[in-house]
Amino acid sequence: MRNNVLSYLVTTAMEVPDKVAFSGEKSSLTFRQLWDGSRSAATTLIRDGYDHEPILIFMEKSPEEICAFFGVITAGCYYVPIDEEMPASRIDLIIDNCKPRAVIFDDSTAEKLESLSFTGAKIHYKDLVATPADGDLIAERMDKALDIDPIYIVFTSGSTGVPKGVVACHRSVIDYVEQLSEVVGFTRDTVFGNQSPLYFDACLKELYPTIMFGATTHLIPKQLFMQPKNLVEYLNEKKVNTICWVVSALTMISAFKTFDLVKPEFLHTVCFGSEVFPKKQYRLWREALPEAQFINLYGPTEATGMSCYFRCDRELTEEEPIPIGRPFDNTQVLLLDENNQLAKDGEPGEICLRGTCVTLGYYNNPEKTAESFVQNPLNHNYPEIIYRTGDMGYYNEHHELVFASRKDYQIKHMGHRIELGEIEADVAKVEGIKICACTYQREKDKIILHYVGDMDEKELTKSLKAMLPRYMLPAKTHRMDEMCFTPNGKIDRKRLEKEFS
Amino acid sequence: MNVKEELLEILEELHPDIDFAEEEQLIDDKLLDSFDVVTLVTEIGSAFDVELTAADMVPENFNSVDAMVAMIERMMED
Repeated sequence: MRNNVLSYLVTTAMEVPDKVAFSGEKSSLTFRQLWDGSRSAATTLIRDGYDHEPILIFMEKSPEEICAFFGVITAGCYYVPIDEEMPASRIDLIIDNCKPRAVIFDDSTAEKLESLSFTGAKIHYKDLVATPADGDLIAERMDKALDIDPIYIVFTSGSTGVPKGVVACHRSVIDYVEQLSEVVGFTRDTVFGNQSPLYFDACLKELYPTIMFGATTHLIPKQLFMQPKNLVEYLNEKKVNTICWVVSALTMISAFKTFDLVKPEFLHTVCFGSEVFPKKQYRLWREALPEAQFINLYGPTEATGMSCYFRCDRELTEEEPIPIGRPFDNTQVLLLDENNQLAKDGEPGEICLRGTCVTLGYYNNPEKTAESFVQNPLNHNYPEIIYRTGDMGYYNEHHELVFASRKDYQIKHMGHRIELGEIEADVAKVEGIKICACTYQREKDKIILHYVGDMDEKELTKSLKAMLPRYMLPAKTHRMDEMCFTPNGKIDRKRLEKEFS
Repeated sequence: MNVKEELLEILEELHPDIDFAEEEQLIDDKLLDSFDVVTLVTEIGSAFDVELTAADMVPENFNSVDAMVAMIERMMED
């Protein structure tokens, strides 16, 4: 039985050793190089005494970073990717949470690494892969590996201002990759154009199917996502036939009439997700690529990548949102009402997920884990953990699942999942801020910050830039003389939303 | 208000910490990222009543305030 996600690479590296697996702006790695590199990396880590523990990866997005991931896994450890675009204060929170003893870095991050609170071992990628692989050492380590061992921790927005680290194991990733591949139909001829950052689980869609099938992934240079024409030309030049992108990246192309100038020539599969696809933009894409398959994917990080899919092969009415469809095989959706009973047909309920996809929980955070990784309330007989997403959904007349709303103040913005509470917690730390609240304008996809305090809007924006990742920065800051409250003393968010729209 | 002044106002609201009058390599130096450019294109569109399309969205047109002004004025003439 397959109990290690890298067992895919063993076969692929033998079958197509010289094929390019991952290709970036500056370099590419073949399957053979990836295999050799990850075994060298693992040898270094094992010899240095690392085992079953988090290893921080602080590298620029590149094929080498992926090789470092695989090296960490081969050594029986788990990777924690951080990125130069994360503010130092956020990286410090991550380090504080998982206390890694070592970081793998490269030339591009060497300087920023010095500004972090990290005090453990610093291993340059070049040194990591310079050690000749020791097959016996690796075999011995692999022998002890279980499929419930973690592969990675990725951090997601936390409403109290501290990011939460989601830990996923081999078994969940294998399950996800197998189910996703069956639904989308990846093959050896698949050429991915990767958009998502490597520090989120979104990149699992490309990383693991690539090694499973011997496909190829091009890591698209980030600056192309502001140049729609050049981006499509890039897809054509690389013969990209499959993309799994956030909706905002797709919209960026269709909204600016790119298809009048150039169309993707090889693209036959478009997976999208994380956000609602505006109908008008969706239609532009369908018109540009009438032969391509379009698949809506839905799922929380806590259930390993994506959990549900909807194949867009029936006509949707103008008002009808694109459904999130049905769960992958081996995953079940429980739609629970407020009494923890299954919602009646057509009635809304909280989307709860059951299956191997459910991750191990939040790293070093039993309180938050206990809140949303809970005993299945329908099962009183033996321990069984389900994940409560906080997303509300219902079944339409075709018995397809449809996303309705959030139970709390979590939003999706530019493809990122954000707790408005996390932004508020950071704003509250700024000196001179008395009270604040964030609202979100769905139509314009804008985060608005309302606050009362001594600091003017410009200064506040400057301070926030040092604390929050770019995608969490409010688009507008709105200074007020007084905050507005509901009769029972809570911040009146509805009124803020209304008055500032 | 002329085009440049109005544009500077939009830019300063977006990034109060950048000295837009001085910078010549806003894109190449990564001062503006893809979120910014997409936001800018929308804001410029509604402020000056012009329609920017894919062909306009290249780094050369967004690297400096003067480049953006030139692009907007070109479109306003059409």
